[in-house]
Amino acid sequence: MKAVITVIGKDAVGILAKVSNICAENNANVIEVTQSVLQDMFAMIMLVDITNINNDFVALQDKLTALGDSLGLKIHTMHEDIFNTMHRI
Amino acid sequence: MLNVYDILETIRMIQDECLDIRTITMGISLMDCIDSDIDRACEKVYEKITRCAGKLVKTGEEIEKEYGIPIINKRISVTPIAIVSAACNASPVKFALTMEKAAKACGVNLIGGYSALVQKGFSAGDERLIRSIPEALASTTCVCSSVNIGSTKTGINMDAVKLMGQIVRESAEATVDDQCFGAAKLVVFCNAVDDNPFMAGAFHGVGEPDCIINVGVSGPGVVRSALAKYPDADINELADIIKKTAYKITRVGQLVGVRASEKLGVPFGIVDLSLAPTPAVGDSVAYILEEMGLEKCGCAGTTACLAMLNDAVKKGGVMACSRIGGLSGAFIPVSEDAGMIAAAESGSLLIEKLEAMTAVCSVGLDMIVIPGDTTAEVISGIIADEAAIGMVNSKTTAVRVIPAIGCKEGDVLDWGGLFGKGPVMKVNTYSPSKFINRGGQIPAPLHSLKN
Repeated sequence: MKAVITVIGKDAVGILAKVSNICAENNANVIEVTQSVLQDMFAMIMLVDITNINNDFVALQDKLTALGDSLGLKIHTMHEDIFNTMHRI
Repeated sequence: MLNVYDILETIRMIQDECLDIRTITMGISLMDCIDSDIDRACEKVYEKITRCAGKLVKTGEEIEKEYGIPIINKRISVTPIAIVSAACNASPVKFALTMEKAAKACGVNLIGGYSALVQKGFSAGDERLIRSIPEALASTTCVCSSVNIGSTKTGINMDAVKLMGQIVRESAEATVDDQCFGAAKLVVFCNAVDDNPFMAGAFHGVGEPDCIINVGVSGPGVVRSALAKYPDADINELADIIKKTAYKITRVGQLVGVRASEKLGVPFGIVDLSLAPTPAVGDSVAYILEEMGLEKCGCAGTTACLAMLNDAVKKGGVMACSRIGGLSGAFIPVSEDAGMIAAAESGSLLIEKLEAMTAVCSVGLDMIVIPGDTTAEVISGIIADEAAIGMVNSKTTAVRVIPAIGCKEGDVLDWGGLFGKGPVMKVNTYSPSKFINRGGQIPAPLHSLKN
């Protein structure tokens, strides 16, 4: 089972580190990361494997959302199926 | 890996363009609750509803989190109560109170099925139920009622049409202290469908399984933003854009329905391919029509734009889900659509135009506030006209008009929330009284003979 974490907002030092840190704490394995900074806007998309997470998925989501709130960023953590169903026939 | 553009598109649709699942509706059969003792029957109804739907809201919320998509409503529809209550020789209002209690216990916001199917005549219990509708709607908050008075196969039951004109008025009168809200929970159908997930017209048809999950999708905001990116496209291109967008919206409905069905251990029924507006800014069907190039919804060209929109939504959605059902099409409720409200207030959108629009889209004259002094016969006439459109075109049509008791043209009824607010609209007051009082049945049209 995989989830997609998207982080959108103003660029700052250590965003990737902080998000990865929460993933590591919850035993979510980061598979792939793409990120870009356009002008001041930071956009990162991270694909993580959540098969063996040591907490439930909702708890991981809540932690990441809270991190986003504290950094002034929008962090969405969504099951990959919503993207697969929507964009693939 | 997933394409970055696709991921951001999905997030934008949900975040900025109001993409949501409008409703997960659990249909529950109450056939096994029938009992000649009304108290015993109500006990069984309460037990069955709470047993089947006890986890519905919690499951819905879990899925919302998992996929990051809002599921606005979790609702219940039940077997038409006229059938369930037919064996009891007592007022069926007790069933409405039981439905209300069960809905509250399950945490759903609306429960539908205080209904009767009388397209060809009244059977035992039907008339008693219909006459109890005003009291039932006034003494409950989340119970919805519907009556099917015609179909392409049977024609239109004009005795029921006459009666429903009175019942719509009485429902408004009984709730006059609450903005005539009773009438907003009452739908009069022609060609009602058995698996409709949308309120207030949802009921669980008699041919349906014991318990089932139906999903209604939404997304007018998404369609409008997609069209806004192509200001100079021709109509073919617009139709293509709508199809692609509808496909994506419907896929989410299918995903959520399958997941809900797995989690609840209940079979998945249908996805209702609908563009269902809400009063939220940016979630309007009227604004889609205006985006296509109309100065104001209701002006010349509106019916053509709506016909194209409705058709493209179905074509896009049809491949995106395993089974389609319900009402499937664009909804045009006036009070629940910011653009429709604005068009009605500006005088561009009239009831006569709305009637024409209902010939080419889903459902019918929906959430329209009419003057408080509109007679029952005029309401019956409106119902008959709308039913005739449904009967002849083999489609579902409905009337949900709210007589604003004590109000006149230009006043506003405001219910807030999903029901929105609506200006009192002008109605032709010449009387169809003699026609309505004739009674009888309008015969089914020739093209109903398909065998």
